[in-house]
Amino acid sequence: MAATQEEIVAGLAEIVNEIAGIPVEDVQLDKSFTDDLDVDSLSMVEVVVAAEERFDVKIPDDDVKDLKTVGDATNYILKNQD
Amino acid sequence: MSKIKPSKGAPYARILGVGGYRPTRVVPNEVILETIDSSDEWIRSRSGIETRHWANDEETVAAMSVEASGKAIADAGITAEQIGAVVVSTVSHFKQTPAVATEIADKLGTNRAAAFDISAGCAGFGYGLTLAKGMIVEGSAEYVLVIGVERLSDLTDLEDRATAFLFGDGAGAVVVGPSKEPAIGPTVWGSEGDKSDTIKQTVPWTDYRDGEVAKFPAITQEGQAVFRWAVFEMAKVAQQALDAAGISSAELDVFIPHQANERIIDSMVKTLKLPESVTVARDVRTTGNTSAASIPLAMERLLATGEAKSGDTALVIGFGAGLVYAATVVTLP
Repeated sequence: MAATQEEIVAGLAEIVNEIAGIPVEDVQLDKSFTDDLDVDSLSMVEVVVAAEERFDVKIPDDDVKDLKTVGDATNYILKNQD
Repeated sequence: MSKIKPSKGAPYARILGVGGYRPTRVVPNEVILETIDSSDEWIRSRSGIETRHWANDEETVAAMSVEASGKAIADAGITAEQIGAVVVSTVSHFKQTPAVATEIADKLGTNRAAAFDISAGCAGFGYGLTLAKGMIVEGSAEYVLVIGVERLSDLTDLEDRATAFLFGDGAGAVVVGPSKEPAIGPTVWGSEGDKSDTIKQTVPWTDYRDGEVAKFPAITQEGQAVFRWAVFEMAKVAQQALDAAGISSAELDVFIPHQANERIIDSMVKTLKLPESVTVARDVRTTGNTSAASIPLAMERLLATGEAKSGDTALVIGFGAGLVYAATVVTLP
């Protein structure tokens, strides 16, 4: 069953917490991965791969650069999840 | 039909000795920062690299190889005359022909050993090791010298902030010889030519010769794509190599991945769920990425510092431009 926006944000928060050590409550839709959440370009790949597994979605490398904020990633997953 | 007598090889092969050569010039990040807008902190956090070695004019591909090989031959306790074949993996020997392996074989004093170069990027050591094992078991050579050697500083664009800090120079060599027990596991290897643009030389040499580009060719890569492939796809290959050798991660003593970038190494270790008891090579910190040379150089350092010891079981995996990869489990010399 497809995840809701709320579930995706909560899932991303857990992933970012695991990878970058950022408190889950800091991971909000308007937060930028690089500027606000200490997720650099390589950690972003780890976040993306973890999100792919969790939400059963494919996020090609070419699309990763467009995912600037948690909201961008959430919308992408909402649109592309199976 | 006439009957052809088959060759007779050893039952198994093993690495008998290892040697390395690191160029005398140590280059700290401060030198890299003269040509790119970055910071020591940024370079360290993205790659783990603090220093690398760059070769001078005398430290040629052949000269570095001879130094490293001499140490490996001594470590193996054999003489150069016993070497039956010399396999050199390099992408940075700028004289296409003859193969640099022939010069190395001659300078070492081998008895006209078979000698040839291979091109398999950062997987070159594993490719060479696999060839060596085949030659020994098949019987065409009793001892084979496998050399990984690079002068990647010659192929580095010092103005490219994504790669200027990454590469280093050096040579690593191993002597592979006969063994009564299996000491080199099955190789899991392959290529993914559909991803050839991920890591590559910017343009062919002829484009530079013909004035089509102003800059000498250099190695370029798509950082995020390489990271994803290296960590997640190569972790699967590494696991396959463990499975093929029948070694569990709990039985593993040492992990020697290609020293591409410490972040890749960290993530591979995490993805593979290696126990803390496994010693992980992190030679990249002070050697940079030396492509085909990185695994034997890291192996030599771990043994020299006592972090690993002879007889330890090590997982080695190389991966890089091609894309190509090769992983196997070996007993350390």
